[in-house]
Amino acid sequence: MSAIATGAEGFLHRFDGLRQRLPGARLAWVQALREAAAESFRAQGFPTRRLEAWKYTDLRLVADAGFEEALSVVDAEFALPPAHSRWRAVFQDGRLREDLSTLEEAPFAAASLAAGLSTLEGRLGALARPAEQALVALNTALFEDGLVVTVPAGVAGGVLELVSLASPGERPAAFHPRHLIRLEAGASLTLIETATGPAGTRYLHNPVYEIELAEGATLTHARLQQEGSAAFQLGTAYARVAAGATYDNFTLNAGGKLVRNEIHVVLEGPKAACHMNGAQLLRDGQHADTTTVLDHAAPDCASRQTYKTVLSGRSRGVFQGKIHVHQVAQRTDGYQMNQALLLSPEAEIDSKPQLEIYADDVKCSHGATVGEIDADQLFYLRARGIPEAQARSMLVEAFLTEAVEGVQDAVAREALQAAVTGWWEKAA
Amino acid sequence: MLKIEGLTAEVDGKPILKGIDLEVPAGEIHAIMGPNGSGKSTLSYVLSGREGYEITGGSVSFNGVDLLALEPEERAAAGLFLAFQYPVELPGVGNALFLRTALNAVRRGKGEPELDAMQFLKLARERMKALSMPEDMLKRGVNVGFSGGEKKRNEVLQMALLRPKLAILDETDSGLDIDALKIVADGVNALRAPDFSALVITHYQRLLDYIVPDKVHVLMGGRIVQSGGPELAHQLEASGYASVKAA
Ligand SMILES: Nc1ncnc2c1ncn2[C@@H]1O[C@H](COP(=O)(O)OP(=O)(O)OP(=O)(O)O)[C@@H](O)[C@H]1O
Ligand SMILES: [Mg+2]
Repeated sequence: MSAIATGAEGFLHRFDGLRQRLPGARLAWVQALREAAAESFRAQGFPTRRLEAWKYTDLRLVADAGFEEALSVVDAEFALPPAHSRWRAVFQDGRLREDLSTLEEAPFAAASLAAGLSTLEGRLGALARPAEQALVALNTALFEDGLVVTVPAGVAGGVLELVSLASPGERPAAFHPRHLIRLEAGASLTLIETATGPAGTRYLHNPVYEIELAEGATLTHARLQQEGSAAFQLGTAYARVAAGATYDNFTLNAGGKLVRNEIHVVLEGPKAACHMNGAQLLRDGQHADTTTVLDHAAPDCASRQTYKTVLSGRSRGVFQGKIHVHQVAQRTDGYQMNQALLLSPEAEIDSKPQLEIYADDVKCSHGATVGEIDADQLFYLRARGIPEAQARSMLVEAFLTEAVEGVQDAVAREALQAAVTGWWEKAA
Repeated sequence: MLKIEGLTAEVDGKPILKGIDLEVPAGEIHAIMGPNGSGKSTLSYVLSGREGYEITGGSVSFNGVDLLALEPEERAAAGLFLAFQYPVELPGVGNALFLRTALNAVRRGKGEPELDAMQFLKLARERMKALSMPEDMLKRGVNVGFSGGEKKRNEVLQMALLRPKLAILDETDSGLDIDALKIVADGVNALRAPDFSALVITHYQRLLDYIVPDKVHVLMGGRIVQSGGPELAHQLEASGYASVKAA
């Protein structure tokens, strides 16, 4: 067994070897996209902490790991997570497993990106910015599949699940799915995504989402990140929200060794809205980073962000939230709150809010708090007979409640609540 | 039931309890009165196991058990209950979940079967009705946005559900209107039994018209300086603590 090349060179080396076998090899526009992205990744390399946007998250662990792009799917049996919906797309190592998915007769169209690539010129890559984001460049060069969802105008799409599984294996695998989600005018959809993998297996999941919401559309996007304990997940989502449309994102970061959840949202039509909520539940040795970049690019838009991080052991959490209110974006109503609960003296949270406001009639507030479990609250519960461990878990759940309750869709909210409860029960 | 001998305790190196001797036999209700800052709440916290107090001497036996050796939750399971002078707010913890978790924890301790959500709700509704509490208080966060009087009633509700052997009521009457005062007193009186005792901390003789104590103690400067029957409360009401000091 030959050693796997590491660093940016390792990925580029494999890209050179794989370019003829990757989906779209015979489509000139795909080839051009991939070549440009590879070039851009070559120029940028893995982000380092010298970059302002990566000040708190060190990717050396990922760069030094050495991966292989798994090209053939093993049709292993999987214990699938409990279903939240009739319709679900199951991905293994970034490729759609048709045999495990149920997508027929849905009120929306959902299919494999690799299979439909010839129809996606102009749509794939419409929002992603590989020239600015090294990991997005990597995804663009090497994507193998993804989910393409289109909800027709006026259609209530219901709930769609996206399940991402990683194979157990000796050779560390890297996969870079590209998901395209488009809601036409007035359409709605709840997308619940669960990402898991075997404990102790090292792999890299590097998904990119391109989300387009037309006028009056509503997308609830719940992401339950429960990757295996040795996994890296570096996800980047781009959303463009038209007039009167709502993007409601909730991300739970509970698994993985090193995780970055980066979201770029542009509110580009009047009265567009965006909720970005999240919870990061971190145990010893975990690092999770949530980075949001929100552009208020039209008047009368509202945005709400509530992120809560619970840190135990020697874990590290990061929240970076940038809000850019453009000059045209009068009567913007923005709110951002980031709170951390430290359960251990060795845990660390870094927080960087950033407001850039160029309009004058704007309501924008932000805040950050870091605290420990309140001794009076803990004593009150214990004085009522509740054992200390259980009392602590009640207070941790209470801390998270505000973020979870912000999720508008009931199915998504319950899935999240269950994941939060499950995490704690395993942690306690 | 409760036997306190020579109990001394400090906060941050500052002695607060300076040798408390107090015995509450089973079935009796005792009142503790005393000026602000005399150590009444400190005593109630030390008895229920709050952190931050250093016990420097003495002992407390609760039905023959060394109370000071137990964790707070173990004291609760053994039948001790403290109605807080300042009930704590728990945002994000629903009152119903809180009450049921507490009740089941205490029931587990007693070897009784736990109640499911339905059984609990039935019991809670019954008890709330007796305390004239609106049912929507079950849905709210524990004590969050409750008025002062509502918080005190919520304490009494917890007591009514947990049915302790020894209840310590720390100024549960403060901030209550006349009707609420009667309701709270009824709540305590309803628990009266040969194996139930209470330690009622109050500043006002009025409460003791409704909960008639077997004994009244005066706590001053970290010591019980005088004990007597219910008439002692009347005497204090009339002439204040100066008369005690003189005594
Ligand atoms: N954490 C603390 N640090 C310093 N001093 C404290 C602390 N807690 C209590 N004390 C002091 O201990 C003394 C007794 O306080 P305690 O609350 O027991 O009084 P109390 O008799 O309940 O008064 P009140 O009638 O006002 O409720 C007071 O002088 C108070 O300032
Ligand atoms: Mg007091």
